[in-house]
Amino acid sequence: MRLEPRLRTPLWLWLAAPVAALAGTLVITSLLVAWAGAPVTRAYALLLQGGFGSRFAWTETLTRATPLILTGLAVAVAFRARLYNIGAEGQLYAGALAAVAVGGLHGGVGWALPSSLLFALMIAAACAAGALLLWVPAWLKLRLGVDEVVTTLLLNFIVLLLVSAMLDGPMKDPTALGWPQSVAIADALQLGKLIERSRLHSGLLGALLLSLLLAALLRFTTLGFEIRAAGANARAAAFAGMPVRTAIWKVALLSGALAGLAGAVEVAGRAGYVTLDMSPGYGYSGIVVAMLAALHPLGVVAAAVFVAGMLVGADSMSRAVGVPTYIADVIVAVALIAVLIATLGVRWRVRWR
Amino acid sequence: MAETLDLLLGVPFWVAVLRIATPLVLGTLGVLLCERAGVLHLGIEGIMVAGAFAGWLTVYHGGGLWSGVVVAALVGMAFGALHAALTVGLSLSQHVSGLGITLLATSLASYAYRVSFPKVDSPPTIQAFTDMRGWLPLPVLNEQTPLTLLALVLVPALAWLLYRTPLGLALRMVGENPEAVEGQGLSVARLRAGAVIAGSALMGVAGAFLTLAAFNAFYFNMVNGRGWVCVALVVFASWRPGRALAGALLFGFFDALQLRLQQAGSGLFGLQVPYQFYLMLPYVMAIVALLVVARRASYPQALMKPYRKGQR
Repeated sequence: MRLEPRLRTPLWLWLAAPVAALAGTLVITSLLVAWAGAPVTRAYALLLQGGFGSRFAWTETLTRATPLILTGLAVAVAFRARLYNIGAEGQLYAGALAAVAVGGLHGGVGWALPSSLLFALMIAAACAAGALLLWVPAWLKLRLGVDEVVTTLLLNFIVLLLVSAMLDGPMKDPTALGWPQSVAIADALQLGKLIERSRLHSGLLGALLLSLLLAALLRFTTLGFEIRAAGANARAAAFAGMPVRTAIWKVALLSGALAGLAGAVEVAGRAGYVTLDMSPGYGYSGIVVAMLAALHPLGVVAAAVFVAGMLVGADSMSRAVGVPTYIADVIVAVALIAVLIATLGVRWRVRWR
Repeated sequence: MAETLDLLLGVPFWVAVLRIATPLVLGTLGVLLCERAGVLHLGIEGIMVAGAFAGWLTVYHGGGLWSGVVVAALVGMAFGALHAALTVGLSLSQHVSGLGITLLATSLASYAYRVSFPKVDSPPTIQAFTDMRGWLPLPVLNEQTPLTLLALVLVPALAWLLYRTPLGLALRMVGENPEAVEGQGLSVARLRAGAVIAGSALMGVAGAFLTLAAFNAFYFNMVNGRGWVCVALVVFASWRPGRALAGALLFGFFDALQLRLQQAGSGLFGLQVPYQFYLMLPYVMAIVALLVVARRASYPQALMKPYRKGQR
């Protein structure tokens, strides 16, 4: 068996590939739902209804999609330049901590800043914290040749422990009755709600705007071209005189900042404080979102809504028919692998000889 | 300070070091085998979770402890076969495929656990492996389970396989120069797939150690980054089985040390340090280990490079 690149891909294949991936995912996950002893069609109907079937479902899905768009963008831009940033989870928490440090702890210090300026400072601090956290593995990669996958992964665990230490110590909310949570940011810094009586906040608009900006950056600017060239063939790009290393530095800062921003938006848009379980793996899901979107910033939005819908839908489906909520993670993982195989089928032809 | 010294000289401390090192030895050997053949395997974290669950479930349903180990290895091999199909067969990105396998294996294990035990407050327990004090006349080692012995035996066994057999030569060559392997009339795909599947079996057993020997139940998050540590240890070990053992023991040393320091409660050199910083130590050490060897790390030349027959 060998693979040959397709010279041109017929239109039907472009259309058939996602359908085939979806069908494959459905078949595999149906077996699992049936194994749990639930009626399969009803379970899927409930899943879709819970994720996309009502006004409430849509607001919940979009609320969950907001951090996923940001972490998805962070991963997509890094992977485009072949900087394998698996540390979005840690960068998100670092951003959240920085946001609270600026937006919550200032009260005692007595800064008398206008809230708009403080808001800008809070966002900047979160972006800087995330960028700094990715700067370390990027430095190790470029200077010492240390593989960034392992270092970014390990930093996730270190940051989560740091968050835990901060919530026990300097950032502890003394009024939280021993529950590990940080002090809250000032009320004036909280993001406004987009829709009354829902949790959907204006962070979504920011995430959408950033995905447009990032798409434009990759498509129309010199830096975008350098990022794509560094990812496609770093040696060829360097030979052509492009500053590949500088491009990777910039990508690292951009990617880390986006993931850090996700943390600040979660803090400012949802609870207002940091907890140890504020992210149910948004950083890791961001990798899936970016891959499902084929690393395209606009595709990230659609993929994030899909993944968020599955997570929200699985919650309500689980309550109704007793299928464990982990089915959402399984669906997303199977979909990822199915889409990877389907994309491969679009670009390559399999020869059975 | 004298207390610390007493602690380091005591037998219980070294027993803990070896116990902590065992899953790392097994996992690191598994990753090492895959990477020597030129395939990065980030599926290890998930395969360890799946192996831990499958081995435990087998014993819970009345299987013997060793059948639990075998089932864990088989589950590892199944996920390894998927990784081999995606990376060797279809030459997908090894990073992405490995992460996909980790997500899939972790979520499947969690799902299967919840389907099997919908409503349990505390995880059901099994009768785990007992130590070898009855028949092995070696101190420290005889307080371990037979799985530790297995891990220690596998280190020279894998070294012998890699450096003293024709198969080992072919495996190392396929990670350095697959074209030359093809030129010898050997199948690159078969060698790589075989290495990935065999390595994944070791990862499955590494997970099973956690549920069948270290603890006696399955918890979510029980692997907790150990798989990623193994990936770091392989680099630290310069892809050599003997050094992999040394790396795992060093890591076990720091993990056991931080546990003791936490329990001692007297703080490090009189400083009161939040316990989270002790817990960070192993992960920090893994990164430091990578730094130490960074300059002289000699990666297998064809690592992460998919091989397509007849393509230059």
